[in-house]
Parts: sequence; structure tokens; C-alpha cells
Amino acid sequence: MEQESSKANDPNPPSELVDATQAAPGSDASGHSRRVFLFNVALFLNGIVGTVLAIPIIGYLLGPALRKRSSQNAWIDLGAASDYPEGETRLASFRDPFSVPWDGQTAEVPCWVRRIRGNDFQVFAINCAHLGCPVRWFAQSQLFMCPCHGGVYYADGSRASGPPARGLFEYAHKVVDEKLMILAGKLPTLAAKNCGGPRLTQIQPTAATEASAAIASQKPGDDSWPA
Amino acid sequence: MAGMKQRMGDLYDWFERRLGLGEAITDAAEHPVPSKTSSWWYVFGSAAAVLFMLQIVTGILLALVYAPTAGEAWNSLQFLDHNIRLGWYLRALHGWGSDFMVAVVLIHLAQVFLFGAYKYPRELTWIVGVFLLLLTLGMAFTGQVLRFDQDAYWGLGIGVSIVSRIPWIGGALVDILLGGPILAGPTLSRFFALHVFVIPGILLALVALHLWMVLRLGINEWPMPGRLVSKKSYAAEYHKLTEKTGIPFVPDAAWKDAVFAAATILAVMACALWFGPFGPTGQPDPTIIQTAPKPDVAFLWIYAVLAYLPANLETPMMFIAPAVIILAMILLPLIFGEGEKHWSRRPMAVLMLIGVALTLGIFTRLGMYTPWSPIMDAWSKEPVPVAYLKDRTPVERAGAIVFENKQCRNCHSLGGEGGMRGPALDGIASRMTEDQMIRQVLQGGGNMPAFGNALSPAETTALVDFLETLRAGRVPAAIDASRNVAESPQPQPEKTIPPVQPER
Repeated sequence: MEQESSKANDPNPPSELVDATQAAPGSDASGHSRRVFLFNVALFLNGIVGTVLAIPIIGYLLGPALRKRSSQNAWIDLGAASDYPEGETRLASFRDPFSVPWDGQTAEVPCWVRRIRGNDFQVFAINCAHLGCPVRWFAQSQLFMCPCHGGVYYADGSRASGPPARGLFEYAHKVVDEKLMILAGKLPTLAAKNCGGPRLTQIQPTAATEASAAIASQKPGDDSWPA
Repeated sequence: MAGMKQRMGDLYDWFERRLGLGEAITDAAEHPVPSKTSSWWYVFGSAAAVLFMLQIVTGILLALVYAPTAGEAWNSLQFLDHNIRLGWYLRALHGWGSDFMVAVVLIHLAQVFLFGAYKYPRELTWIVGVFLLLLTLGMAFTGQVLRFDQDAYWGLGIGVSIVSRIPWIGGALVDILLGGPILAGPTLSRFFALHVFVIPGILLALVALHLWMVLRLGINEWPMPGRLVSKKSYAAEYHKLTEKTGIPFVPDAAWKDAVFAAATILAVMACALWFGPFGPTGQPDPTIIQTAPKPDVAFLWIYAVLAYLPANLETPMMFIAPAVIILAMILLPLIFGEGEKHWSRRPMAVLMLIGVALTLGIFTRLGMYTPWSPIMDAWSKEPVPVAYLKDRTPVERAGAIVFENKQCRNCHSLGGEGGMRGPALDGIASRMTEDQMIRQVLQGGGNMPAFGNALSPAETTALVDFLETLRAGRVPAAIDASRNVAESPQPQPEKTIPPVQPER
């Protein structure tokens, strides 16, 4: 556009270069069309080679997203169920089931284990449901607090206040041979569809005992990730 | 000496005959520019380019030692800081160079916007510039990840948590970013590749394109009120300004660029020497959860915005707002490509710039002291001020202990110490009645958790008794007028109802 409007007095020397290429001397007309055809064939050939080359490269790049769901989580031993006192919430950690040797410290993943009573457990991901920061448990006030944006959760993982849109992420768990096992491996984020919505009901502040009884009667693993 | 000079000349000619670059470079350097563009306002672009070169050089030097694996990156930074001679200084130069580069690129953008330099025929130069800004921010973010410490680990967690909210493809994008199901070894390798190969490569190419267009289209002339840009006449007018009254870029205009670039690099060196390198903070061990992650300064405003958005607005805002902003920046020169350039005739542009600068500044400032974050150790660190316990009953003092023990202090300050998440409670009894306090403590609400499960009736009584003693100076305690009515012994309105004080 600028070329057209200012052809007469374009201040820019490069426009002369453009003109020069346009005015390239024409070649031998008879051989020309054949060479153009061969060049087009060569372009087409390169297009095919390029496509064949690109497909596996794209596959390589998308690899992590194409993993099977079954290879994103695995059952992990969190130790003897009796290590977790009833009525308490303890920090535990497990080794990332898909760790590589150069993971270093990042292969150890923390989580919060709440033993309600007997074999009733809840295992929460460390990551705040808002933006993934590590939540901390305060036994005295029975709250999880997040240091980043102030998300707060109740003992059962349900949202108490702050920016999170839902309760804490929970791992599916089972007790096998007196050992607590959880299904973990994938970083819990809002995108993981099976994390479920905030289904845990917020505790209504009635008498403390009633509420905790209500939690205890909840089916554990309700909000957890299916295998 | 003359023979020496002759030989040098011959050598130059030998290369020049083969390269043929000398003439082109001389032409480019001495091309005429409008005389008024020799200004201290026109130095930011070249300073950004010089900072970019500094980043490339210091980046390569750091790569000589840095170990780009999740297991060893943090250790190699410690090694750089403490075992390699001047390693700390190189890290500091690279870190401060990064902050300076982001700042100078933003100033350059503001200046170009204010001077209307994005208008015809420099629309594409601006659009490429928008991508240069995004890439610069991309370098800042990926660079922060390479400083693989606690902040980097959890900061990256925040980053992928944002990405995870993208509808439909969020989950797949998280996997691709992380290079696996969770943040671990492959993640750092990916960000290393991005920071060292991918983004710098694109950045170099686009900087070259940007510079090429500046040379080809000429430096924006100094805007004059009333001199309107028109696609028909602009080329002729600009030609008149340059060819007739112009000055050679080198040296008549470029000396200011050179002086400012030198001053900028000097400032980077001074900051590096004085303040030293950034971090690394604690090691990237996710099981050490005693941490309050925070992004680097360029992203603090985003961190702050995310604290204030209500939950239902958050996901839309995270994606719609950036898309709209970037699209608006790209479309700006295409829509407003003609007309007035001078700031005195573009009040909306000036207002917008001030608005954006203030917004970024305020949110960055907020991000520095994070009033929305609970202070995790306030409850065990700061005792209740002695003055607040003087002449109190045993129950009230027991309430002060409950106040500390139940982590109230993490969100509520007393005597200026404690969290700022909730209101300071120094004068709470002047604002709330006993009943209101009991209800608030037990049921929560207004962004406060319910403490009904965490407090026994005795603890609640003690806590509220203590809170009842916290009055703001001589301001009387809040009272509930209706309660007075209810408790008055004889229901005879004229005599018994005390004058109702306005409840606050």
C-alpha cells in the first residue's frame, strides 16, 4: 500500500531493490515452463516429506498429553494405617510413581492424611484448589490455610473461605492389609475432569459434635478420582 | 605508522570486496533522520536491544555452569553463587538485566504509544513490538522457573493451575507444559529448552524484523499538534523532514542512544553489585510446605489480581482479559492508523496510559505485601499486646489465649501485628455487639471460616469476652438497641427505653 502511494518519492532505498527483483530478466521461454513444472514437483515432494517428518514430531510433542489415564495414576503405599492417629490430620509424602532419576527432590510429593476413625480416611492433595499452592493444616482451628491467596478449607476438605471455587482435591484410597493405599500420580488441577465438583457439603456450624459425626458418616472416597 | 595504516586499509578492502557489507552498514548508520528525533525520548528501543544482548551474553556464561535438571539445578546455582569465581555476579547481572529489560521494554512501549509512533506506516512495527513484549515476559517467566527453587516450583504450579482452567484443552496443555503427569524432571528440561532455545530464537528473529522496519520506514518524526498523519501525504512529508532538514542518524542522533544504553548497563551493574543475585530461595522440595511462594516482580500484579477476583469471575477473566488486551494492542494501529500524533490532542490515549500505569503499579505494590495472605506463623510469633491484658478478668485472659491458639491472628491483626486478610480487631467491640461476635465466630461468613467446629462453648465465651474488651480508644462499645428493648423490665416505652444510640 505504501509502495503504491509513494512510488514517486519514496524515501526508502529498499524499494529500489524490490523493483529490481521484479524486473528480473526473463529466461528462455521454452525451457522455462518445464523448469517451473519441475520446481513445482520438487515443492510437492518436499511438502510430502515435510508432512511425514512433522507427524512423528507432533506426536513426540503431544506425548505427555496422550498418555493413557491408567498410566497417570497408580496405587501408592502410604504406610500402615495405624501410623495415622484417629481424629487427626497428618502430613505424609509419597514417591511420584512415574519419577525419573533426574527428578531430584521433586519426586517426593506431600499430601494430607485425615483418619476420621477406623478405616475411614480422607487423603487430600497438598495443592490448593485455587492455584496449586501448598496448603497447611492447623489442628487447633481445624483449618487448612493457603499462603498464596488465602484460601481456607475445613477439616473435611470443603471450602471455608477465600478464592477457591471448590474444596481440596482428594485422592481415592483404600486400606489393604492394614496399609493405606492412595491412587495418585497426576498433579491435581481443575482440568482433571474426575476431580469432581465441590460435592462435600460445607459444615453448618451447629454443635461441634454433630458436625463431626456427620462427616464421619459421609462415604469416604465420594469426591475422589476413579481409577 | 603510515605503512601500518595503509596495510589496515588494504585488509579492510580485501574483506569489503568479498563481503560488501561495509557500504550497506554505513548507509544504514548514516541514513538521515528528522532532526528533532535526536531526543532523550527516543533512546528506549536501543537500550532494550542492548539489554537483550547483555542477557544473551550473561545467559551463555551462566549456561557454562548451570545444570538443567530438576535434581541438580538448585545445587548448581549454589555452586555458581559460592564456588565459581564471580558466579554470583553473573547471576546478578542476568537477573537484574531481566528486570531492567522488562522495564525498558514497557517504557519504550509507553513512549511509542504516547508519541503516536504506531500510526501509518509503522503499524506492523508496533504489532511486532507487541509480540516482542510478550516474548520478553515469556523470558522473564521461564527464567524464573530455571532458578529452580521453592518459588519457582510453586510458581510453576500456579502457572499450570491457570492453564488448567482453559476450557476443553486445559488438561492436555498442562500435560504438555509439565512434560508428564506432575511437575518433575521433564518439566524443568522443557522450560530450559524454552528459555534457552525457543523463545530467544523467536526473539532474535523478531528483533531483527523490528529493526529492519525501523530502518526501512524511518524513525518516527517528533509529533506536532495539528500535523495529521494521512496515508496519502505522509511519505512526502516524511521525505521532506528527512532529506531536506534531516541529520545523519550516526553520529548526530545516535550519541544519545549510546549514552543512555551505557547508563542503563551501568545501572544494571550497580544493582547487581549492590543487591546481588535473586535467590535461590529454599530448595525445590515439595514436602517442605513452610513456604509462601511469590512470583518475580514482573508478574506480581497478576498474582495480586488473582487474589481479588471473585471465584465465578476468575476463569473468564484469566483468559478473556488477556485475549482482549492483546487483541486490542494488535488492532490499535490498524484502527487508529491515521490522524493526530501529538499527546496534547489525544487526551484519551494519555488517560489510558496513566490508567494502565497506575493499575499495574498499584497491583504490583499490593503484590509486594500481599494483604490477602494469612500470615501463617503470626499466631505463634506475636503475643497479644500486654496493654490489652491489663486489668482483665481470668476469663478474658483465657479468651486472649484462645484468640492466639485458634490462629485468629493469622488473618486479624492486634496492635498492628498479624495478618491483614480480615479486619484488625483492635476496636472490634466498638463495631460489633457480643451477639454479633458470637454469630460471626461460630458461623463465619463474609470470607471468614466458621469456627463452630473448632471452639467449645467455653472457649467461645472466653474468646468473645476478650474481644468485648477491645474498644477503639474512648469509643463506646457497640450496643444492640433491640436487645435493650427486649431486656427492659417494664415494657412502658415512655419511661424505660434508654436513648437509642446509633448502632455501627
